[in-house]
Order: sequence, then C-alpha cells, then structure tokens
Amino acid sequence: MSLGVTPSQTVGPFLAIGLPWPDGSFVVPAGTPGAVVIGGQVFDGAGAPVPDALVETWQADPDSRFDHPDDPRGAAPATVAGFRGFGRSATDGDGRYQISTLRPGALPSTGGGFEAPHLDVSVFARGLLDRVVTRIYFPDETDANAADPVLTSIADPARRSTLIAVSDPDRPGTAFHFDIRLQGERETVFFDV
Amino acid sequence: MKARNTSAADRANSSAANSRGLPLPHYHAVTGVHPPLDSPAYKSSALRAPKQPLVPLPQRLTEITGPLLGAERVTAADADLTAGHPGEPLGERIIVTGRVLDSDGRAVPDTLVEIWQANASGRYAHGVDDHPAPLDPNFHGGGRCMTDSLGRYRFVTIKPGAYPWRNHDNAWRPAHIHFSLFGRAFTQRLVTQMFFPADPLFPLDPIFNSIPDEQARNRLIATFDIEQTVPDWALCYRWDVVLRGRTATVFEAEEDA
Repeated sequence: MSLGVTPSQTVGPFLAIGLPWPDGSFVVPAGTPGAVVIGGQVFDGAGAPVPDALVETWQADPDSRFDHPDDPRGAAPATVAGFRGFGRSATDGDGRYQISTLRPGALPSTGGGFEAPHLDVSVFARGLLDRVVTRIYFPDETDANAADPVLTSIADPARRSTLIAVSDPDRPGTAFHFDIRLQGERETVFFDV
Repeated sequence: MKARNTSAADRANSSAANSRGLPLPHYHAVTGVHPPLDSPAYKSSALRAPKQPLVPLPQRLTEITGPLLGAERVTAADADLTAGHPGEPLGERIIVTGRVLDSDGRAVPDTLVEIWQANASGRYAHGVDDHPAPLDPNFHGGGRCMTDSLGRYRFVTIKPGAYPWRNHDNAWRPAHIHFSLFGRAFTQRLVTQMFFPADPLFPLDPIFNSIPDEQARNRLIATFDIEQTVPDWALCYRWDVVLRGRTATVFEAEEDA
C-alpha cells in the first residue's frame, strides 16, 4: 500500500495562535542543574530579523539516549526529571529565540564512530513553504566535531562553521549563541533529511 | 575537553552492542510533493528561502527518533474551538476529522495534532492581522488533540473565511486551517494547510499552487462528509494527513554505503 504524502505549506504569519507553548523553550524545567541556554536571532536575506519564525529543537539526553522505541539501543527515559528532548521557541520582535536545555551526549554512528553532541533544528516561518532543517554543534567539542560524519561531509570550513554555536563570553559554558541566517552572506547550512 | 569526549563516547557506546550494525528504520525519500522553497510567485519567499543547495543528511539516531509528546499536553476541551468563551462563535459550525497515516498506510496513533485558523469573517485573533473584518470575542482559533489508537483526530470549529493579503493585486487566500503534525520521528514533522472543496480561489493562490504536482496539491483539499455530520448541529469535512512512511529496519552502514 502506498499513499501520497501530504505536501507542506507555510506556517504563515499567525503561527502564534496555535504553536507556542508556555513551557516550549524549557527542554528541561527551570532550575535544572547543568542547564545551558542556547539562543540567537533568525535573519532573512537582507539581514533583517525574522519576527515571525518558530525554532524547534530535538536532541539526545546527556547520557546519549532517546526515550523512543525506534532507538535500537532501547527507549531510555532520561535520568534527569522533566527532560523532554524537544524545544520550541517562537521568535520575538527582534527575531530572537531561546531554549534552555542540557547538553546532549555523543551518539554512536556508522563504522564504530560517533556523532558529536548536537541538536537537530527545524525552522518554520512565513515565506518558508517547508521547514528548513539545520544542526547546532558545540564550540568546545573540538575533537568530537572534527570526527563528526555530518560536519566532515561539508568541505567548506566557512559553511561548516555556520553549524557551530558560539560560547557566550559573559556566561562561559552555560550559554551559547546560534544565529540562523536563512539566506545570503554566511547563510546557515540547511539539510535535506 | 578530550577527557569529556571520551567519557561521552563511552556512555554512548555502553548500550550499543555493535555500533557498526546499528539497525535503524529508514524514512522514504519524498520527491515531487513538497513545494520548492524558492517560489517567486509567493513574494515572502524571496528573502527567506535559502539560496544554497540543501546538504544531504543521512538519517541517524536523532532523525529517526522524535518527541512523543503525550496526552498530558492536551485536554478534551482543546479539540473544540467553539468552546471556552462566553458565547458561541459566529459562523458555520463544522467538524473536521480524519486520520493521520504514513505513506505505507499505517496509522500514526497517539500523536499531537495542532491547528489554527481565521474566524468566520477571515480575521485572525492576532495583532499583526489588520484585515478590516470583525474579530469574534467568542473565537480564538487555536486547537489541539491527540490521535487515537487508529490515528483518528477530530475537531469542532467554525468554517474560516477567506481573507485578503498583500502578495499581489487583489490577492485573497482560500479558506484554510493550518495543521501541525509530529508523527513519531523528527523526519516526519509536517506543517501544512487544509482547504475546503471547490474553492474558486484555488487557481489564484500562489501558496496552494507552489506545490508543482496537481495530485499532490489536491491532497490538501478536504472532502465534505455527510455521514459524519451531526444532524441539526454541524456539517463535517474529512481530511486524512499522510506522513512519510518507513522501512522497518535497515542497517545504517548499508544505508550509507
């Protein structure tokens, strides 16, 4: 049996009526020890902030596990209470989004290697007829990033660097900037998944 | 840093008996269905659609898993957009129901469905909407529900109105309801719009027509369903949503080869 897949359409400018959740940006509950903040701005091709976007994140837990039956290692409820793995943040008037989460662990990959710790990201906005998908990596995972099969598949170091968050100098280790440039100069790498 | 990486790798590996043969489901490639991001007739795409080609991302653990958000996020009242206000909203009361399936015909049970829409006058309860049509104090326009064990969902709402927008001269959006679906994996995430049968605005709408294939486009149009109407109370539109299907298990090493 084969059914035709339903096509995507844009979220449009009024997604705020249906999609934001009060706890959306909290991948872990406020006050969870070890929580980090990841945030930034979404920009369009003219460099203007995008105030009507929605950024969603999905990631492994700090023990590199997913609470999901399709993980061949078995579904593993997170050892940290309230860890959801999923974040959702609508951008504000300045195009800013933010989530609060725990850093994910590395993941086993093909050939005995590992994927560096990362978050998968979906961006939805008016003007985007389908979501765009990117990844957030961490700047202090130098060795793991150098061996990551996705990062190493991108030959141009300038392109590759668009996937690596920047540590906040005022909050080292606990806050990271990750801007998303939909188009133009320093356009973020987007994936076909 | 090196010490921590090693320890993260050890943790990741501890429960993977053989990471070389990590058996993962694989979600089918979808071609010729979704609209191209760069669709010039839809003006808002001009500065927002990426110009660089998308980079292929092989499906690994993060892609074949996804948030299985439970019923704790949803109450029964969330599926009735006509409730929760002092009075009844204006407009034509309707039931919108159907199934969430994958392209292999499997039901997608226990998955979150979120919707939002304009009111019967074609006005959104949103500060950015300045269409000179009345707001309805008895209609906000957001709803959510979980699919049941057979993948069925059901909303009670009112039929939204068409509304003008600024894309081109005398542009009007055909009446539609926005839908957001998770499925069971990051790979299946879908946001789309449901339309109503025989809308005269279809040929004029660049968002609807951004989908190149006519058959695919028509899959966004609900079917009027007299069988599921509630006599003397509400008409019914039926609409099934089909997410990407998958093969049960492949070995990642083979898939990447």
